Amino acid sequence: MKALMFGWEFPPHILGGLGTASYGLTKGMWECGDMDITFVIPKPFGDEERHFANIIGMSQVPVCWRDVSREYVQDRIGNVMDPDLYFRLRDHIYADFNYMRTNDLGCIEFSGRYPDNLVEEINNYSICAGVIARTLDYDIIHSHDWLTYPAGIHAKQVSGKPLVIHVHATEFDRSRGKPNPTVFGIEKDGMNNADHIICVSNLTRDTVINNYGIDPAKVTTVHNAVTPLTPEQLNVPEHKSKDKVVTFLGRITMQKGPEYFVEAAAKVLKNNPNVRFVMAGSGDMMNKMILLAAERGISDRFHFPGFQKGNQVYEMLKASDVYIMPSVSEPFGISPLEAMQMGVPSIISKQSGCAEILTNVIKTDYWDIDAMADAINSIVTYPAMYNQLREDGLAEVNQITWDKAGQKVINIYNKVLGRS
Amino acid sequence: MKAICFYFQIHQPFRLKRYRFFDIGNDHYYYDDFANDDIITRIAERSYIPAAQTLLKMIEDTKGAFKCAISITGTALEQFEQYVPEFIDLLKKLAATGCVEFLAETYAHSLASLADPEEFANQVKVHDEKIKELFGQEPKVLRNTELIYCDDLAPQILEMGYKGVITEGAKHILGWKSPNYVYSAASAPKLKILLKNDKFSDDISDRFSNTSWDEYPLTADKYISWIASTPAEEQIINLFMNLEVFGDFQPRETGIFQFLEALPRFAAEKGIEFWTPSTAVSKLKAVDVLPVLHPISWADEARDTSAWLGNKLQNEAFNKLYSVSERVRLCEDRRLKQDWYYLQAADHFFYMSTKNMHDGSVHSQFSPYDTPFDAFTNYMNVLADFIVRVEEQYPMSIDNEELSSLLTTIRNQEREIETLNKEAESMRKNIEHFNEEHLLREQEAEKAKEAKPKAKKAAAKKPAAKKACKKACNTAEAPEVAAE
Repeated sequence: MKALMFGWEFPPHILGGLGTASYGLTKGMWECGDMDITFVIPKPFGDEERHFANIIGMSQVPVCWRDVSREYVQDRIGNVMDPDLYFRLRDHIYADFNYMRTNDLGCIEFSGRYPDNLVEEINNYSICAGVIARTLDYDIIHSHDWLTYPAGIHAKQVSGKPLVIHVHATEFDRSRGKPNPTVFGIEKDGMNNADHIICVSNLTRDTVINNYGIDPAKVTTVHNAVTPLTPEQLNVPEHKSKDKVVTFLGRITMQKGPEYFVEAAAKVLKNNPNVRFVMAGSGDMMNKMILLAAERGISDRFHFPGFQKGNQVYEMLKASDVYIMPSVSEPFGISPLEAMQMGVPSIISKQSGCAEILTNVIKTDYWDIDAMADAINSIVTYPAMYNQLREDGLAEVNQITWDKAGQKVINIYNKVLGRS
Repeated sequence: MKAICFYFQIHQPFRLKRYRFFDIGNDHYYYDDFANDDIITRIAERSYIPAAQTLLKMIEDTKGAFKCAISITGTALEQFEQYVPEFIDLLKKLAATGCVEFLAETYAHSLASLADPEEFANQVKVHDEKIKELFGQEPKVLRNTELIYCDDLAPQILEMGYKGVITEGAKHILGWKSPNYVYSAASAPKLKILLKNDKFSDDISDRFSNTSWDEYPLTADKYISWIASTPAEEQIINLFMNLEVFGDFQPRETGIFQFLEALPRFAAEKGIEFWTPSTAVSKLKAVDVLPVLHPISWADEARDTSAWLGNKLQNEAFNKLYSVSERVRLCEDRRLKQDWYYLQAADHFFYMSTKNMHDGSVHSQFSPYDTPFDAFTNYMNVLADFIVRVEEQYPMSIDNEELSSLLTTIRNQEREIETLNKEAESMRKNIEHFNEEHLLREQEAEKAKEAKPKAKKAAAKKPAAKKACKKACNTAEAPEVAAE
């Protein structure tokens, strides 16, 4: 079966959980066999893993006809795209986009991030998607997250192939219930046009059904999974301190509930002074959190090391005794699974999608700072609790693999295509 | 001839309230009174009371031919006394018929037998006293918590004076053997063992209302005919189950009470009697010894102790708890001792199980906690506070032996001081008494002097003077005694 996937991020250049999940799922589907997947991203860097999917960068898709030689194309973008494909795409330009800012190859530049003119970039992405949709041969279209819904709809209108959209998050999660109307509009349009909707948790599925008014019959949950860590990631240098370390890793934004972590830390430190707290990451609430920690008088034990890149994340996890994710609303939340892979006991909020599939973690309500403090204290005080969660957690997370999730998605494809 | 030996278990633990780590050292009350009250009252209404009434009716209808045994833990009795006293009255009525035997067990439904023989003996003794006080019976047969039994326990049980012990007819212990005989303990051949017949017990407790069971519906007629068709030489069918089976696990509307009530009639037709465990152990001879190397119980698929001590959490909590047992026995604080019993209930460890599948669902069905991790955290917080209180009684820097010898010295001295005080007290009374007497005599003498001439004065005075001398000698001795 041939699938055309639209995504926004792809490892190793990722900004959040979306890239990790798209990569894992695509690879998992490929492992199930008989899948030919084309994965489209805004801007490839050339160092992406390509053996399980054909990766096409929107920034190499021509929308204006330019008379260029094969050698020139090879020279310019040969590292990310086969020149033959460039010329095939050039043959399918469907309108005159010369009024737009294009480069020497007739392509639109993409940042591949989340710039201020994001809506414009989404629109450009959709324009390029039209060229791809006319060029390639595929059975089904799969759009990852709202940024690529317009592209998916465009491809569906051009080709008449069914559209599956994958909801990794909704605007309701990101804004704690106060959605941006533009974003909501794009999401709603995507859901209405989709033949089937895949959600990463039942929590998200409920949001889609209730807040977007979608027919439950076309919404299915496929929980995310994790990619096994490489030996290099597992064997990062260890920096153990003699104090117990409780870690929060992620964007310091409203959605992640960082203030509840600070409050819980203050409670723990009142009775148990030998614990350190780390809030790694950056975000719009970081300064507020630094102030809050100072206000509670715990700044000497509450640390803000900033955004962690690459293997720093695993070093940080390895040095931790507890991982905490107090998210107010988390569609799935892949980071606790990574912590468990590193053998770190995790505390997660009941409002996280991953709470639906994990048993060897401690679940509390995000607002219940008493329960959170109690759980932190229990893990750092009682070795049995630490070891039980560590070992059983590791065994559990190793069972959560992408090929199982991939198979579920393939089954959904078959259902949509009427093949089952 | 065949007999059915029924035994019903009644137990409720004192469930703990949500106890945060910042409560440690501040709050010394650990129990969720509302939940405890609510649960025991509800189960009593649904099950215990109607079941006991049914048993009473069966005994009356059969004029005493129906007999059974009941085992009820101390913690359950305390809750009944507090919340459902009418059930205690009902049990007293059952005891008065002479057809219901009360079994010995651990007061706190504890796992003490696996960790601390002294605590085990102590709890069984306290439980026996409670049974004697309430029902006027001295238990002869022991039923350890959750039917836990192994060879190591047998000599102690025999020494404590029990003739028999009740345990699970675990398949891995029995092998090809049948549970329908009396066996004797391998390590103490005089101790007889009664084994639960799993199949027949579970027919009632698990399968009775299961509509997908191919024998559904189970009638008393059919059930007794199954028992009657067991080989003739198998004389005793042990049906052990929780009393909640009647009315709670199998709700009233399944007809479970009518089923129970009808059993004696069909049994009588087939010539099957009802025996109590002590009758069974005295009437039947042991056919063989039954070695049990590792502890068995009636819980979970594995029928071992993994329901309470199967993972790290459970073992940690269990070891922490019994690490202070000797110390607690040295303490005299009554509230501390009470908490000590309540915290030992096996249920607390049962809630911490991380088993999956069918076993897991049984564990979570009874647990007041969402997850085993909650159960562990809450219990350990309570235990931490409890241990702080134990330490407050006597500092941990002194080891148990030293402390116990110091305590003995203190207690001996206390006793000595007490006897000396008593002596001093009686002396003081003697002196007072003498002084009063002396005063009276002097007054009399005074009167006599006034009435009679001088000649008689000397004669009257003499005996009094003699006595005064004697008493003076006594009082001189008294301070010396006290000084010793």
